[in-house]
Amino acid sequence: MSDHSAAADPKTAHIQHHFVDSDQQFDSAKLGMWIFLVTEILFFGGLFAAYIVYRAWYPDLYLQASTELNTFWGAVNTAVLIGSSLTVAMAIRSAQLNQIKGLIYNLYITIGLAFVFMVIKFFEYTHKFEKGIFPGEYYTYEGIAHEKANIFFSIYYMMTGVHGLHVTIGIGLMIWLVVKAKKGVFHSGYYTPVEITGLYWHLVDIIWIFLFPLLYLID
Amino acid sequence: MKEFIEYMLPPAKSPTAEITDALFYFINFTSLIFLVSITAAIIYFAWKYRRKSDDEITPVISHNSKLEITWSVIPLILVMIVFAWGFKGYVNLRTAPSDAYEVRVVGKSWLWEFHYDNGNVSINELHVPVNRPVKLIMSSDDVIHSFYVPDYRVKRDVLPNRYSSLWFEATETGESVVFCTEYCGRAHSNMLASVIVHEQEDFETWLASSNAANSDMDPVELGEQLTNQYACVTCHSVDGSEILGPSFQGLFGSERPLASGETVTADENYIRESILEPNAKVVEGYDPVMPAFAGSLNDRQIDAIIEYIKTIE
Amino acid sequence: MATTEAPAYKKLQVKRFKPEENPEKHYLNEETGLWAWLTTVDHKKIGLMYLASVAVFFFVGGVLALLLRTELLTPAQNFMDADVYNQVFTLHGAIMIFFFLIPSVPAALGNFILPIQLGCKDVAFPRLNLASFYIYVIGALFTLFAIFTGGVDTGWTFYTPYSASTGGNVMAMTFGVFILGFSSILTGVNFMTTIHKLRAPGMTWNKLSLNMWALYATSIIQILATPVLAITLLLLTMERALGIGIFDPSLGGDPVLYQHFFWFYSHPAVYIMIVPGFGVISEVISTFSKKIIFGYWAIALSSLAIAFIGFLVWGHHMFTAGQSSLAAMVFSFLTFLVGIPTGIKIFNWVATMYRGSIDLKTPMVYAIIFLFLFMIGGFTGIMLGSLSVDIHLHDTYYVVAHFHYVMMGGMVMAFLAGLHYWWPKMFGKMYNETIAKITAGIIFIGFNMTFLPQFVMGSQGMPRRYFNYIDQFQGFHVTSTIGSYIIGLGFLIMFFYLLHSLLKGQRASANPWGSRAMEWQVSSPPPLHNFEYTPVVINGPYDYHKPMSEFQLGIAGSHNGHHAHHETADVHEEAGATEKA
Repeated sequence: MSDHSAAADPKTAHIQHHFVDSDQQFDSAKLGMWIFLVTEILFFGGLFAAYIVYRAWYPDLYLQASTELNTFWGAVNTAVLIGSSLTVAMAIRSAQLNQIKGLIYNLYITIGLAFVFMVIKFFEYTHKFEKGIFPGEYYTYEGIAHEKANIFFSIYYMMTGVHGLHVTIGIGLMIWLVVKAKKGVFHSGYYTPVEITGLYWHLVDIIWIFLFPLLYLID
Repeated sequence: MKEFIEYMLPPAKSPTAEITDALFYFINFTSLIFLVSITAAIIYFAWKYRRKSDDEITPVISHNSKLEITWSVIPLILVMIVFAWGFKGYVNLRTAPSDAYEVRVVGKSWLWEFHYDNGNVSINELHVPVNRPVKLIMSSDDVIHSFYVPDYRVKRDVLPNRYSSLWFEATETGESVVFCTEYCGRAHSNMLASVIVHEQEDFETWLASSNAANSDMDPVELGEQLTNQYACVTCHSVDGSEILGPSFQGLFGSERPLASGETVTADENYIRESILEPNAKVVEGYDPVMPAFAGSLNDRQIDAIIEYIKTIE
Repeated sequence: MATTEAPAYKKLQVKRFKPEENPEKHYLNEETGLWAWLTTVDHKKIGLMYLASVAVFFFVGGVLALLLRTELLTPAQNFMDADVYNQVFTLHGAIMIFFFLIPSVPAALGNFILPIQLGCKDVAFPRLNLASFYIYVIGALFTLFAIFTGGVDTGWTFYTPYSASTGGNVMAMTFGVFILGFSSILTGVNFMTTIHKLRAPGMTWNKLSLNMWALYATSIIQILATPVLAITLLLLTMERALGIGIFDPSLGGDPVLYQHFFWFYSHPAVYIMIVPGFGVISEVISTFSKKIIFGYWAIALSSLAIAFIGFLVWGHHMFTAGQSSLAAMVFSFLTFLVGIPTGIKIFNWVATMYRGSIDLKTPMVYAIIFLFLFMIGGFTGIMLGSLSVDIHLHDTYYVVAHFHYVMMGGMVMAFLAGLHYWWPKMFGKMYNETIAKITAGIIFIGFNMTFLPQFVMGSQGMPRRYFNYIDQFQGFHVTSTIGSYIIGLGFLIMFFYLLHSLLKGQRASANPWGSRAMEWQVSSPPPLHNFEYTPVVINGPYDYHKPMSEFQLGIAGSHNGHHAHHETADVHEEAGATEKA
């Protein structure tokens, strides 16, 4: 503890004035992120609740409508996101070992994978729009013989849309991390932003792991 | 106390109301005892233990298990009594007797429509026989409404996508007011109706005759009666003043600029269409909020209303 | 520096720090200027910015309430039409709840007091704290935008399908509240982390002030409930924008599902509004009774119990909406359970007064008013929780009166108690005690005059949100309206005497109430970073039987070196206290 306390030491430049030491700052940031992730789960929880309620009311609707979703590309996206979770974990490891190059490369790969995910999602959406599968009242597709088909796709668009928004935010955060890392801000004594962004990214990944079977793999 | 409670509640006119009132009385009574004694304690302490000098030392009383258990358990027992009592009354309110007389209720913004088993329809007036359970099967045409009769202590939301029901048994003839208690927009507070309780024979006479009764009436007179009965005048004035819809005054034969940009002449066909399908042609500057009366009014009644509108200049 | 750093389990050399009575430098005169304020990360300044904002919203919401009451003087239309009336009551509700009540005690008073009561220099994430404030402002701007581009007439509950079909700018409003939700969430995250990680040496969980426990419980609710409101309002916004139909029956959705979603947040939100008030009342009653709080753990844990059970009672808003009898039974049962911890608190507070040394200063007067009004709010809540009676009273003025007794009689009175209690600490100025007490009396009379008649007319069947009403209720409405003017008068006087205090008030001493709590052991107003030393805690905040000197301990020169140059010039008394770090 005491080795961090001299103000002149560049190793402690990151400590904000109101923290006693680096450990306290790190622990606080991590706890804060965990609490924030709890709020995220509840945020998605609302959508999952809507999903569950409608699935309980119209089980056959879900069976029929999920066939419109492309399981292959969904599976590819799952693999992509799991891969990116691995690379983000490797980025944290690199930071802990003071390997700033490794940190930057791993962040680049993660950003790349996140882009791949979004591109695939974009094509999935476009394909559906072409068929007339729009959310709610703009729904014009006639391939599903169920009067509530629009509701299923509303839920689908809301869930994947809000998730996609989180992926986009994650990309932004990681670009910011790369910029910071290039400036040499991070070292084995200070990599808090990398750690908590990693936590956030794992959550984004986990939510997709729930979305994929719930939406694509019904039958 | 008893007088006060009686003052607070409207007269109870259904047997189920008495159970509710008894519980209302019980909660008020026990609450008052608690409120008065705790307030008295606060005032007494504030006076008795007022600060006399700035360096008074107070005793260390950090807790007292017996006391704390007492003041947790006694309220717990009381609220459990209230819970069981309330639930019993609730089950009673939810379980209509099987021989209840059924009336179909439709809530529309902003009127109540009552459909009887012989096909009769009444607007904003629910006619029921005395001393016979009545079950209302309700639904809404648009947003959520709520059917509330204070005299019977019954209330139930009226929903657009499902049926809901409530029941009561009127114990005396006369009128009781019906409120809409789920906020439903502009004329929410005008969405009133009344329950009119008849003796059984009178009720049957009313049921058989209500539609036929006005067969020999003058159409204009009938039209005027219908515009009141069907609550048209809630939104359409007869003196040119603006309420929610265009006034009837000088309506017939005038040119109507529509929201779509077109203009139509207010002739018989236009008025008939506006009654049956109000949103087909909406006049500029008004919202498409009028409920449809298709199925509620027959041709003769529509003709009568048109004749009546013609007379308002 | 390293010399002051003590390894665990060794005797600490602590000194006594008597707070400076006339601090030359404090947070208000360091880093001044508009830009410094707008970009400050200091929790005290952010707290004051919240305080100013909630005061503005309280004023706006209050004026709207007076307009409503004036319209209701006569049964028929008197000066506004039904559309305007509906917009005004919607705004009154939305502004008071989302922009005043929810941030009032946690974000305004809480921000100011939380780090000082914990003995730290700031909240865990000061920049996030500032961001929360600006998110609140942005949410408010969206709401203003909604008001000026068509208004909103849905009621603050935004029930579908009405909210999906009515005119006006519902979208901007729900989106504004959605944004506001994030302000509340982030404040919750910040407070919770701070309480967990930034407590001063010796500040163990059983020495936390009850105000901290209350804010902790509030943070739990903010964290667990607000995201659900956020997603609900996002879905509602999408309902308006894209017609997604999840809640709109005309597109195949279900409006009752909306009510479940909405109340899953909004019932716990009631506790976001009232639980911080409990914290303030615990502080005030203990301080002005000069006595250890009775049943510390009972009060602390009952806040947590309320926070948790509060999540399971949302269905009691829907007894008439068509849920199953079983669901109604469960919700009613749990509703009564949540009443018990609340009752326990009341008894504990009254027991704290027993054999105390009671000084009826303004904050204490408000605390007693709180006890009385909140009890009425609680008892009428029991009435509304019982199923059969609720069927009669649901959506009548009885409900209106009930929640005003809880929200205004409870939370606003607690807020006023807290405001008057911490006012000297915030600004270093005293207000006129006599005028303040008279004002409290005026507000008390006005309040009861406004809302007691509403219980009676509600029981007689007067529905809420009525623009017109039948003649038999006019007497009650007139009384109620006159009462509301008296409340308005009370707040007007309060505005002036507080303004006077700011400009010409007497200097406040560091600890005008003789409290043992941590925030009173620093000067008034506090220094920029709260403490010039690292505070050390060995006693609970309510240990009034111990001498003041034991509450003013600290380690000279804080051990992160930030204030090394500030060697204190105070008279130090060596305190022989030892403490495990």
